[in-house]
Amino acid sequence: MSAAILIDTRDNVATAIMRLKKDDAVSLKAENREISVRILQEIPAGHKFAIRNIRKEEPVIKYGEIIGLATCEIHQGEHVHVHNIEGLRGRGDKK
Amino acid sequence: MNFQGYPRQNGTIGIRNHVLIFPTVICSSEVARMISQAVPGTVHVTHPHGCGHLGVEKEHIIRTMVGFCSNPNVAAVLLVGNGCELISTEVLAGELKKNRKRFEIVNVQDEGGTTAAVEKGKRLAEMLKQEAQKAKRVSCSISDLIVGVKCGGSDTLSGLTANPAVGYAADLVVSSGGTVLMSEVPEMLGAEHVLARRARNRETAERILQMTSAMEKKILEMGVDIRGTEPSPGNIEGGLSTLEEKSLGAVLKGGSTAVQQVVQYAERPSEKGLVIMDGPALDAVVNTGMVAAGVQIIVFTTGRGTPLGSPVAPVIKVSSSTQLYQKMKDNIDVNAGGIADGSENLISIGEKIFHEILEVASGKLTRSEILGHSEFAIHNIGPAV
Repeated sequence: MSAAILIDTRDNVATAIMRLKKDDAVSLKAENREISVRILQEIPAGHKFAIRNIRKEEPVIKYGEIIGLATCEIHQGEHVHVHNIEGLRGRGDKK
Repeated sequence: MNFQGYPRQNGTIGIRNHVLIFPTVICSSEVARMISQAVPGTVHVTHPHGCGHLGVEKEHIIRTMVGFCSNPNVAAVLLVGNGCELISTEVLAGELKKNRKRFEIVNVQDEGGTTAAVEKGKRLAEMLKQEAQKAKRVSCSISDLIVGVKCGGSDTLSGLTANPAVGYAADLVVSSGGTVLMSEVPEMLGAEHVLARRARNRETAERILQMTSAMEKKILEMGVDIRGTEPSPGNIEGGLSTLEEKSLGAVLKGGSTAVQQVVQYAERPSEKGLVIMDGPALDAVVNTGMVAAGVQIIVFTTGRGTPLGSPVAPVIKVSSSTQLYQKMKDNIDVNAGGIADGSENLISIGEKIFHEILEVASGKLTRSEILGHSEFAIHNIGPAV
């Protein structure tokens, strides 16, 4: 059983299916691709982490689709959530 | 594939045989409750509507009430009015007659008050109950089923386990000739292109995109940040970061077949296959609109745990994780958590959900029915006057 799920080969984030600790090495599979990611901080179960470095304002990809933009640089193995990515839809505050 | 259902005189098939005590207005809601509680075996709703509706909202509320009372799971309806309201028993009775639905009427003002109205209502409800008991289940085809799919209290596992497994079951319903109804338009923002790509023709694709952009326009006009409401605080705690992420996981519950039609809130689909209903995302409002559109059964995924049911339609709850299943076993019918830990897969859980749909359609009670969950809500779309 893998500790995390990578949904689509285009994704730059994976989802932890159990709580991950700092320095855990997680191996991920999607189709023929297999990668290993060292976790940089605690990731709660169900939360996401970067599987490669993501630049500021780069799209964050899950399900092979854009789920938002990075608001700062995100490193491989870092927790990806509301503190470092933002959605672009329904943002009446941005008008 | 067949199930055992109740054929109705208007050609629809019920999977339950309810006598529904339905107030047409808030003023008679408590009287409806008193009648229902005095006649065991009947179901009822209470609601704050029936007066003060203008224009399109008036049509929207009437369409929802008529659709709800006309649901195939309802054998007969006792309409309970007050007497001076906008949406009177007469208004709803005219529509139920067109739908060939068995009904009776009691009005509080005509009977001379609560006590007399409850007495008359009890007699009528007993009579409708005795009539309904004559109905017998017969073998029916899945093509007579409209299955609603819904998610509520989602976490990130919802989009990885429960939603795609329900999507697999939805595809089986469609390939067996049945209909699947999916709604929650705010939770299509960011995933509308996926649905539009699957539309059966250009007109349907355009309707999907019009519906989502109209919903987004309404949100933007409020000048607020949708985050914190969508995703909700519980969604965010569960790991969902953006509305787009929530939407992409949410639409998986509709499966992978072509979108055949877009209907308005509480409108009965005229096509078979996957159909999308316009409307908001609030759970009880969606369930009510889907039941009013003719859905006999709802499959509802949850990651955080949602107890909601419906007064007339069984709701099958699918948990996204084994952790939730163990925590809220009382409310969950099928656990999709095994997909995450590798003990099950999308196909094995998808097939389990499909078989559960057939068993529940044939009479097996869901957890929400056993617990007595019967939430009912219609959203107001205009100013109340």
